[in-house]
Amino acid sequence: MENQELSTLETAKELGLIPEEYDRIKEILGRTPNFTELSIFSVMWSEHCSYKNSIVWLKKLPNKGAHLMAEAGEENAGLVDIGDGLGCCFKIESHNHPSALEPYQGAATGVGGINRDIFTMGARPIAQLNSLRFGSIENDRTKWLLKGVVKGIGDYGNAFGVPTVGGEVFFDECYQINPLVNAMSAGIVKAGETVSATSYGVGNPVYIVGSATGKDGIHGAAFASKDITEDSVNDLPAVQVGDPFQEKLLLEASLEVIKTGAVIGMQDMGAAGIICSNSEMSAKGKHGMRIDLDKVPVRQENMKPYEILLSESQERMLIVVEKGKEALVEAVFDKWDLNCAIIGEVTDTERLQYYAKGELVADVPADDLVLGGGAPVYHREYREPAYFQEFKKFNIDDVPLPKDLREVAQHLIAHPNIASKRWVSDQYDSMVGTATMTDNRPSDAAVVAVKGTNKAIALTVDCNGRYVYADPHVGTAIAVAEAARNIVCAGGEPSAITNCLNFGNPYNPEVYWQFVGAIKGMSEACLKFETPVTGGNVSFYNQSSDEGAVFPTPTIGMLGVLENAADMMTLDFKATDDLIYLIGESVNDIASSEYLASYHKIAASPAPYFDLEKEYTMQQTVKQLIANKLIVSAHDVSDGGLYITLLESAMPNNFGFAIETDSEIRKDAFLFGEGQGRVVVSVKPEQQAAFIESMATSETEFSYLGVVTSSGNVVDDEMYDTTAHAKSIYDNVFHNYLGD
Amino acid sequence: MKFGVVVFPGSNCDEDIIYTLQHIMGQDVVRLWHKDKDLQGADFIVLPGGFSFGDYLRSGAIAKFSPIMQEIISFANKGGNVLGICNGFQILTEAGLLPGALLQNKNQKFICANTYIKAETNDSLVTSQIDLNKALKIPIAHGEGNYFADADTLKKLDDNDQVLFRYCDYNGNITAESNLNGSINNIAGVSNKNRNVFGLMPHPERASNSLLANDDGLILFESILSTVY
Repeated sequence: MENQELSTLETAKELGLIPEEYDRIKEILGRTPNFTELSIFSVMWSEHCSYKNSIVWLKKLPNKGAHLMAEAGEENAGLVDIGDGLGCCFKIESHNHPSALEPYQGAATGVGGINRDIFTMGARPIAQLNSLRFGSIENDRTKWLLKGVVKGIGDYGNAFGVPTVGGEVFFDECYQINPLVNAMSAGIVKAGETVSATSYGVGNPVYIVGSATGKDGIHGAAFASKDITEDSVNDLPAVQVGDPFQEKLLLEASLEVIKTGAVIGMQDMGAAGIICSNSEMSAKGKHGMRIDLDKVPVRQENMKPYEILLSESQERMLIVVEKGKEALVEAVFDKWDLNCAIIGEVTDTERLQYYAKGELVADVPADDLVLGGGAPVYHREYREPAYFQEFKKFNIDDVPLPKDLREVAQHLIAHPNIASKRWVSDQYDSMVGTATMTDNRPSDAAVVAVKGTNKAIALTVDCNGRYVYADPHVGTAIAVAEAARNIVCAGGEPSAITNCLNFGNPYNPEVYWQFVGAIKGMSEACLKFETPVTGGNVSFYNQSSDEGAVFPTPTIGMLGVLENAADMMTLDFKATDDLIYLIGESVNDIASSEYLASYHKIAASPAPYFDLEKEYTMQQTVKQLIANKLIVSAHDVSDGGLYITLLESAMPNNFGFAIETDSEIRKDAFLFGEGQGRVVVSVKPEQQAAFIESMATSETEFSYLGVVTSSGNVVDDEMYDTTAHAKSIYDNVFHNYLGD
Repeated sequence: MKFGVVVFPGSNCDEDIIYTLQHIMGQDVVRLWHKDKDLQGADFIVLPGGFSFGDYLRSGAIAKFSPIMQEIISFANKGGNVLGICNGFQILTEAGLLPGALLQNKNQKFICANTYIKAETNDSLVTSQIDLNKALKIPIAHGEGNYFADADTLKKLDDNDQVLFRYCDYNGNITAESNLNGSINNIAGVSNKNRNVFGLMPHPERASNSLLANDDGLILFESILSTVY
């Protein structure tokens, strides 16, 4: 250690540490850290790894449930019992900052990282989703970002061989500089065959397997914990490069090596690379490691110790193996032609000791590096921003009723937030695995059969950042409610959620107020729907120096279960003369709707109407209708309002609709308002009596809207459009902006 | 009948075709690892879809050097039946077992979508039972599925009745709009001259299960089973 250069406070600041943190490190070590050690602390105590500015509030989220097989934060991803001796392992994660600089690799490695979190636990991924936010689609940089992100997700996920089954794309100026790229994956594992991210057993060998370690992504975790500025382009080496072929091999080899019974613990290398997996596994298993950095397979010569430790080279795993079973492990990686190197062994010191060229270059206690151990925990101050009360003054009467509502309908159909996302989804293989049930039968959530059982899982990602900005508490509760509504409309039972909390700079009290509100709203809704939070990811610093923070965007990824896959419900109208009903309450509300924001260009309004209790009751009613086979389609009312919902149900089979509005409610609110808690269903004429009888015994309001017709989109006897014409616009909006 | 499904590193539709052959068609299936040098007595070889060797260099270009390919080439040259789907088709063209090549899609993007295809001949193992007037809904999922062959080769394909499928619309009309990847003459699948090696870009195994609301692909497998053995 004598030969190692000692660090200074200046260096610590350059690495993103604050003076108090530097003092704390000196206290932990009982001496001044050298540069390698300082780098270790800087990445492990970065927001990305330590959750230091969010953990106080994350711990308040509901995380209990009889069906949870691992609690939030306990493992790399959430693990939920879905019955039949199976668990579903699922998680969502952000890759916003890399994607802002290098959209293709940023998005690709986001997909790679989230899938490793799933298979490192022993689960085979069976479905992927993503949630994307960009600035205006008319902007050339947005087009470049969108094309790159979609191609990155597609190229990686398609080659990896797991279907991308769902997602969302949303545009708003607030995401102009800082897009959001959130990737989700879900996998299936037999109960009892999961692997933990732990390390113990003195003398057990520590393996690094998969790709060689290069200089990509060094300080990536620290980079993700800063605002994006013009200088960010200088951080380009902090963006990693993905290789989906290696990931596919690593998947197969990892699942195969687990079957040998030789594995003590396994963790993928994502943020903060080797040091992160070493410290988290060692801290969990209450042991130490002695690692020889010269044994790590590297891509280039003369890599410095800190570079090897912090490298975020993709497609690597750390595996602690039971001593004596090395041959079993090595045979598997040999079969798959993957690197497999012993880089050290487990010790009883609870310290991580790194050697290079025979010399000790870093010696740090594992537990002090990690969340729940010695990593700092901060209570941030927060303050209600002035706009919040201003927005509440919104009055619908101040908004003129447009003369021609047909024109509003045309505007919304052609808006990229409403229009078909086929340009995007056609670039993703949604069918590999031959289990995606929603490719040929559209539904509000993606439904994927669990092969070998009668079950299916339903998955959805939801968040409307505009609602959350208007009211963080209500907006986030709506995100959970909408996710549950989508699961229910697909015939599933909501089970649990994962979240991706995309916010601005947490040191800004008004941003932190949004964060706190979101946590409170999520907690309230998750308790109501009995969907505990199984984990996820926090992404702060989503803002740019010149434009302020993005909309607070706590993306909710929800898992639902269908006991019998054949009971899936779909959203498309099935036959002419079927009766269309609205389940839930029509309200005189246009707040935060796409209509208000993009047609009237009014940003100052509260979150849309939402009543958690009524929403919950409404969803129970829809479940009953599906279970009793009284409806033949169900589609929730969300972005764009009722008119868009009807059109989306009409388009798949080229039907039309003829409906009547409610004279008690402003016609624009009736058609385009985004009041929550509503589902459009269609009913066979011969089942009308049974349907009405069933609804009469429920506590949910419902109203007759009209009938399914052959082609027209008719409101109050006025022909708004034909489905064929609307579809020709709706289907081609993205193509018109982005080309074929 | 015993099918042998080859698993290359990067194959990712291997389990799907195995599931279809085993669970839906009720056939025996053996997995053949690319490093194997023995076909384990399989009567019919399938090269599945996916990204063998990451599709690096060129789709199928590296896979043709896997040890098992030598066995498959000699098996095919002796008249053994080989079907390549998607990446499997690409490998068979790279290995010289099928004519033509698969270029990048005309829009230079990966395309995953339902397409319609029409069988052109009943004189092949995989199309023997197919109604030649019926458009089958079979999905594609590829970045390089744009079939190309020079004029001489195309003439030979036609003269020898080697075109198995062409892309068409819902009504069976062979149109430019229905040819998403830009394949020459809408060609979706071909056989070799000896009619024992078959390749197609669409994935019939993705259209063989009523749970997924599409079983138009079953007729290909039923054709294989009805014609031989």
